[in-house]
Amino acid sequence: MTHNNTQKTSEPGDIILSVRGLTMMFGRRKQLAAQLLADKKSKEEILRETGVTVAVDNISFDVERGKIHTLIGLSGSGKSTVVRCLNLLLTPTRGKILFEGEDIQAFRAQRLREYRRRHVSMVFQGFGLLSHRNVLDNVAYGLEVRGVQKQHRLDRAMEMIEMVNLKGWEDKSIHDLSGGMRQRVGIARALANDPDILLMDEPFSALDPLVRQDMQFELLSIQEKLNKTVVFITHDINEAFKLGNTVSIMRDGRIIQTDTPEEMTIHPADAYVSEFINSADKAQVYQVRNFMQIPSCLVRLQEGANTALALMRSNNVSSAYVVDNKMNFVGVLPLDAAFQVRAGELPFQEALVKDVATTTRDTQISDLIPIASESRFPIAVLNEDGKFAGIISKAAILTSLK
Amino acid sequence: MSEWLTKFPEGLYLDIKKPIDRAIEYMMNNWGAAFDGISGFLRLILLGVQAAINVIPWWLMVAAVFFAAWAVTRNPLRALMYAAMLFMIGLIGLWNLMYTTLAIIITSVFIALVLGFPLGILISFSARSGRLVRPVLDTMQTMPSFVYLIPAVMLLGLGNVPAVIATVIYAMPPIVRMTNLGIRSVDREVVEASKAFGSTRWQLLVKVLIPQAMPTIMAGINQTIMMAIAMVVTSSMIGARGLGSEVLTGINRLESGRGFAAGIAIVIMAVLIDRLTQGMAGKKVQ
Repeated sequence: MTHNNTQKTSEPGDIILSVRGLTMMFGRRKQLAAQLLADKKSKEEILRETGVTVAVDNISFDVERGKIHTLIGLSGSGKSTVVRCLNLLLTPTRGKILFEGEDIQAFRAQRLREYRRRHVSMVFQGFGLLSHRNVLDNVAYGLEVRGVQKQHRLDRAMEMIEMVNLKGWEDKSIHDLSGGMRQRVGIARALANDPDILLMDEPFSALDPLVRQDMQFELLSIQEKLNKTVVFITHDINEAFKLGNTVSIMRDGRIIQTDTPEEMTIHPADAYVSEFINSADKAQVYQVRNFMQIPSCLVRLQEGANTALALMRSNNVSSAYVVDNKMNFVGVLPLDAAFQVRAGELPFQEALVKDVATTTRDTQISDLIPIASESRFPIAVLNEDGKFAGIISKAAILTSLK
Repeated sequence: MSEWLTKFPEGLYLDIKKPIDRAIEYMMNNWGAAFDGISGFLRLILLGVQAAINVIPWWLMVAAVFFAAWAVTRNPLRALMYAAMLFMIGLIGLWNLMYTTLAIIITSVFIALVLGFPLGILISFSARSGRLVRPVLDTMQTMPSFVYLIPAVMLLGLGNVPAVIATVIYAMPPIVRMTNLGIRSVDREVVEASKAFGSTRWQLLVKVLIPQAMPTIMAGINQTIMMAIAMVVTSSMIGARGLGSEVLTGINRLESGRGFAAGIAIVIMAVLIDRLTQGMAGKKVQ
């Protein structure tokens, strides 16, 4: 399946996971369906004639140790089915899955549990966390079912919680966490087992774009540190290219092309692939609303410079956004001007910078680039009626372009 | 016009009464020892529960309800009201009868849970056993309870023991259904996650499925208790003592006051037990 004509002579890597001719059907008359599939009938025809859904059709790929392999495709392309075959949550209809050369379908129950407990962990789109447990006990779950002694597993879980930057939240209930934090718990839980392979089934798809960027970055830095092998499922081509050392594009249960992002961009296998890649310029797609934030330092006009200074200090920022009583945006108070006001050198009203760039929620991010490059402060986002809604930082605008 | 079109044909008749009579008779004659055994076992549990409750003096019970209600509702006024309602039962002279009824209810609910909870788990795992059990549960819930009171009396005699059996039959379906429902509605990814980390089936059940299903299971327990209370009067017809027999006496002697007094006591019991168990269930959820 690999797109071969431009393959560079790279060293043959250490293959940890190898998928050969994987086929997955759902329904009763699989034999007949396989027959029809061999006769090159389309999936719709097969479904109509036999009632069998062909989710995955004869796919093969290799995953190199220590690398990130992304599988990308639209919903219904079979990518989630594939990843569930890799730890046998689903049993393939046909084909082989080799872990370090061993056929995992030949594993007995006990050996399969060992495989799941020590070698392969999974992160889920909907997090799959246990809502009746706190963060710490969620992270320790994998070690708990493996039978690791309580103190050991809690220590290890604590380490993982620190690694995903959730220290201080270990006693909290899952309900108290935001989506991004929940997925950090999911990742910590998967890492606690110290697996060879991480299976990630659209782990960031349920998160806000901005949080998603953070999580992608964090995954890369964790991977750098621990050097895990990752099989990453996504429907977002940007995510696939940003994270993947190799990328497989799936369509209708087949892999169309497996390649490095660079190769794929230069030599797309067909029109579908190139169309997919072209959709990558997401600054065209994203609006301000996806990236705006509430400023950590927002003060009312009558609160004055001292409050603004205190807020700036505690939030570690150098400017405060000032609104009047009705949330109308007035201006920005820079740190130096605030000091001058406190020293009595400048009246509060005059210290405010009022010609700050503003925008609206539904502006395209790409339209902001020229404004952002000239603006001294993050751009203020206003509602239709002029009320203050939030800010969008230059960093957010630039990362959205990646 | 031929008659069979307008009237059900007289010649067509399947006698199911006699075979049923004969089956019950057969059971009486041949399995007597087994039924005596069951009966003895149930009587033992019942006496144990009764003895345990009777140790509790009235003031301790009232105080316990007060503190339990306070803990559950976090509202001392309401707790005081519940305690006063319980006190009221003693005030109208029905304290001892209430204890007898309570013992029957506790025993019945206990047996219903011991049988129903595992059954609910079983049918949540296997669609086939679910198809078998569901019509049985429907029958248990819809069959008028008087119908099975007759063989219960024949096989087990009059008294509190057949009352417990009749109550168990009537009160068991909710806990079976709700356990099944609760386990089946556990989030698919949560179940997958548990499997993906190498849980055994037992670990999946006790560490994930049952705790996740707990709110629904608690609702099932609550319903089972309520249905057990609803059987109090009916089961007095086969000799169960307690508040139900008081109502029955009221009917037989046309004493409205006696009937209402016992009725009010039953309502108070139902309200108290419902609020307390529901409160505990609600707490679990958070």
